[in-house]
Amino acid sequence: MLKAEINITLKRTVADPQGLTIKHALESSGYKELAEVRIGKLVVIRLNLKDKEKAKRQVNEMCKKLLANPIIEDYHFMIKGE
Amino acid sequence: MKFGILVFPGSNCDQDCFYVIKDVLGKPAKYIWHKDTDLAGLDCIILPGGFSYGDYLRTGAIARFSPVMKSITEFARKGGTVIGICNGFQILLEAGLLPGVMLRNKDLHFICSYVYIKTENNDTRFTGLYNAGQILKIPIAHNEGNYYIDAAGLKELRDNNQIVFRYCSAAGEVDDQSNPNGALDNIAGIVNKKGNVLGMMPHPERSSEKELGSEDGYFIFQSIVKWLKV
Repeated sequence: MLKAEINITLKRTVADPQGLTIKHALESSGYKELAEVRIGKLVVIRLNLKDKEKAKRQVNEMCKKLLANPIIEDYHFMIKGE
Repeated sequence: MKFGILVFPGSNCDQDCFYVIKDVLGKPAKYIWHKDTDLAGLDCIILPGGFSYGDYLRTGAIARFSPVMKSITEFARKGGTVIGICNGFQILLEAGLLPGVMLRNKDLHFICSYVYIKTENNDTRFTGLYNAGQILKIPIAHNEGNYYIDAAGLKELRDNNQIVFRYCSAAGEVDDQSNPNGALDNIAGIVNKKGNVLGMMPHPERSSEKELGSEDGYFIFQSIVKWLKV
């Protein structure tokens, strides 16, 4: 079995009001050295596959089709053996 | 002419739309479950508001894969009249039937209130009964209505006169103060290039009778009837 960990984040050019709000909250808790906070999503998929290349192709397709919206989001992922 | 109203798991404005079409507008209406694919005999399809699939992943992202959406895409390709309201608009964006995407409201709040929108394009099948620049009082109720598109996309929308509604003040000024959710260029509603698919965040079906505080939304449905003349 293989495990895919997919990180989906807003593109740099897209404002992230959630991240900004969290940054403010952290700053008011005393953390003054924050340059930036950005929020994203983590999707974990376990695949009944042994072939890492095949898994990579499939996960890439899934990201393009459904998991990320290319207009506002970037994604990257890692495939790990379990 | 006959209206079809889509029902996804989590749609919750479908009955309001049905009521307005059938009892206020006096036209035949039919619900279409998202697993049905037969749109025969229908002249206008409404994608109603709600929280299809619990807004999981991104608003509208899962609903676009419902079986009915293939039929809708084909229906729209052939020039059929499609209107997406609120979550319906979000689904049309995810399905690629309209350009752009919705982000979370800039202040991160769910907003449920009356707003004013300006009719920027009254030369569409959805807005023919409004005057140019007419200001409508109409409610919004959403968490993701912060419309976004890249600079090239925005230019295209402007060049093709695809921006139909923009948030404005009661007096009609389109500015930051009258923008409830941070939408780019105060965009509240757009059509596709062909002009047969409209998406809008405000709810015309909630403002189709005086008793509800405004009937400004009613004329969208009546404009469609007049345009189709069936």
